Amino acid sequence: MESHDVVVIGGGPAGLATAMVLREHGISDVVVLEREPEAGGIPRHCGHQGFGFFKRWGLLNGPALAKKLRTQTGSIDVRTNTTVLEFSLHGSLRVHGASGIVEMGAKKIVLATGTRESSRAARLIGGNRIAGIINTGMLQQQVYLHHAKPFLKPVIIGSEWVSFSALMTCRHAGMKPVALVSEQEKIDAPFYFAAGARLIFGVPVLRRAEVIAIHGTAQVEAIEIEMKGQRRMIECDGVIVSGKFRSEHALYSNGFLARDGHAPVVTEAFRTSKPNIFAVGNVLGRLETAGTCMMEARKLAMIVAGELK
Amino acid sequence: MERKFDIAIIGGGLVGLAILRRFAMAGLSCVLLEKGVDILSGASKGNSALLHTGFDAPPKSLELQCMLAGRAEYLDIRQKLNLPLLETGAVVVAWTEAELAALPAILAKAQRNGISDATLLSAIALKVREPHLSKAALGAVLVPGEHVIDPWSAPLAYATQALAHGATILRNTEVTAAKHDTKGWTLTHTGGEVSAHVVVNAAGLYGDKIEALARPSSFTIAPRKGQFVVFDKPAAKFARSIILPVPNERTKGVVLFRTIFGNLAIGPTAEETEERENPSTDTAILERLKARAIEMVPALADVDVTAIYAGLRPATEHKDYVIEAAEDLNWITVAGIRSTGLTAALGIAQHVAKLYAKNFGKLPKKLPEPTWTPVPNLAEHSIRPYMKGGEIICHCEWVTKGEIADACSGALAATDISGVKRRTRAMMGRCQGFYCRAQVEALFNEVNHGKP
Repeated sequence: MESHDVVVIGGGPAGLATAMVLREHGISDVVVLEREPEAGGIPRHCGHQGFGFFKRWGLLNGPALAKKLRTQTGSIDVRTNTTVLEFSLHGSLRVHGASGIVEMGAKKIVLATGTRESSRAARLIGGNRIAGIINTGMLQQQVYLHHAKPFLKPVIIGSEWVSFSALMTCRHAGMKPVALVSEQEKIDAPFYFAAGARLIFGVPVLRRAEVIAIHGTAQVEAIEIEMKGQRRMIECDGVIVSGKFRSEHALYSNGFLARDGHAPVVTEAFRTSKPNIFAVGNVLGRLETAGTCMMEARKLAMIVAGELK
Repeated sequence: MERKFDIAIIGGGLVGLAILRRFAMAGLSCVLLEKGVDILSGASKGNSALLHTGFDAPPKSLELQCMLAGRAEYLDIRQKLNLPLLETGAVVVAWTEAELAALPAILAKAQRNGISDATLLSAIALKVREPHLSKAALGAVLVPGEHVIDPWSAPLAYATQALAHGATILRNTEVTAAKHDTKGWTLTHTGGEVSAHVVVNAAGLYGDKIEALARPSSFTIAPRKGQFVVFDKPAAKFARSIILPVPNERTKGVVLFRTIFGNLAIGPTAEETEERENPSTDTAILERLKARAIEMVPALADVDVTAIYAGLRPATEHKDYVIEAAEDLNWITVAGIRSTGLTAALGIAQHVAKLYAKNFGKLPKKLPEPTWTPVPNLAEHSIRPYMKGGEIICHCEWVTKGEIADACSGALAATDISGVKRRTRAMMGRCQGFYCRAQVEALFNEVNHGKP
């Protein structure tokens, strides 16, 4: 069985920073497993600014940050198109790569699987099962990676930072959102985001609006909302279901690690309920910038390096 | 001059496809006309994917007869077509004293229907079998023969085997008129005409409309909607058996069942509706379904919902299936096939073949040597392509690039993204396409338009 000092699961900012700092501290037998064709994580398809600070790299946009991370980890064993299927009972990993499935052991395992938005289904939003309902993540991939313009006049559901990120992505691709719909009174993103949406982009922000259903025959045609007891239909050609992030928890949600909600329970030293398994970055159940995740990863890497020496 | 077929089947649902397979394998020339862009796009799209025993079917009904025959044939041919079987068994659970009192009658009916291995389970025996079930469960009838199968691959296999025996399947082809004369039928459809000696109406949710093209319909389709909530894969271990309720007069009730894809689902509701396609889900009802699942299995409170969907059953005013031959018209009607259709389809096809032989023409005594056309396996408990390597594109359902490419090729290739989804399960998992949708679309476009 292949075995290493450290196996990092996930090649986003947290995972790559972990590997980088481990190497700085003399731990060279590190493998990063990334299931996507390219490492870099979510920033790869966030074409806007604001990924936080790390090592005086300055202010970068997403793809630039992802690229910088890839360059900096060039000499580290980062395996793309490589999926961890599950933890074996005795703590090794079942890993899928181009050559099939292999077992992989490690003295320390670092979970850096990140987070994703919850789907329309997870939110139990009723209506028709039709094309044109996507997350911000899919929207950004289509726009920034594949240069597509999926809609002309979508509605965005949500009022978190990412909802406004979706708005900016729409504008970037020349789409004009008809409304931003939030079930809450309070907007979770800073107030100037909502003001900016209205003033700069001319997109109304509808608060305390409950989504009743998404309607259409083959493609989204309208969204039905309820505000102050009144139902109304808003014509649109797509729905972007944004936010409500949840940890990418598939690997441990079978009871393998203790968890609090979707996130694994960790100590201050990022240790999970299994002593040799650590977790870092946005898998910990809140949404932080790439910079913050990488700062966390630095702390974690120093702890892990200390234990290995 | 249009080619003249022996048989034309209207409707590419699982019943129509099973009938097509039966006639094609008997050496008849057959055509099937489906109005949707893909096969299995109507009533067949949203069922609970169970292989029933018929333990609770009306005794002596045609429905029971077709279910028993259909089940037997499925079990006989499934390995040759690479069709999965998850042998879960089912428990009919009593949650109230009144339901507990009803269990012996359910058992007696099962035995009358020939299900000899059904037994009563005490509350303790039930707890041993289903440790995650709520303490409120008072007892059950265990029916070991109720199983879970793949609602997509089975009818796809029937279609594929029919094609291998020379059948023609026309998708995107809606029948708009039917003319009968001494030479047989001429069906006008959106792409032209076909002629056939005999027509089979297997139009499902549009059965009455198609019937009316030939003769006054003796039934009206009253679609019954069923909504479902699907839980993520960790939920599957919380229920070993299919958890059935004690049925009432109108419906079999809401079932908690494992899927062949490794999930746990609850449904269906039974709602009268006007909708004949694209049924909508309703947030309030989905919330009730989810709450009911958690009530039955409390541990589900901690598991995510990965999918929601609704299906339509083509119910009629008749309790039993409506399957009959109009001798003077060379027309066979197959209607009112509801939730038992997946189990019964092959049996219905046998019955229809008998009606044909009796009324319209000879069928060979001995069938020509069959060609077996195994379909790709999607069941999580047997060997899936990713287990042998290949690049994984969908990380939730572990669908490989090769599987997606295969789905886009062949005689029944996917014609759009939802076709790829149904053939491979890509984007059907917990992230619902968050990660892979863009890549799947690029692959689809590459195969179909030569560029990503």
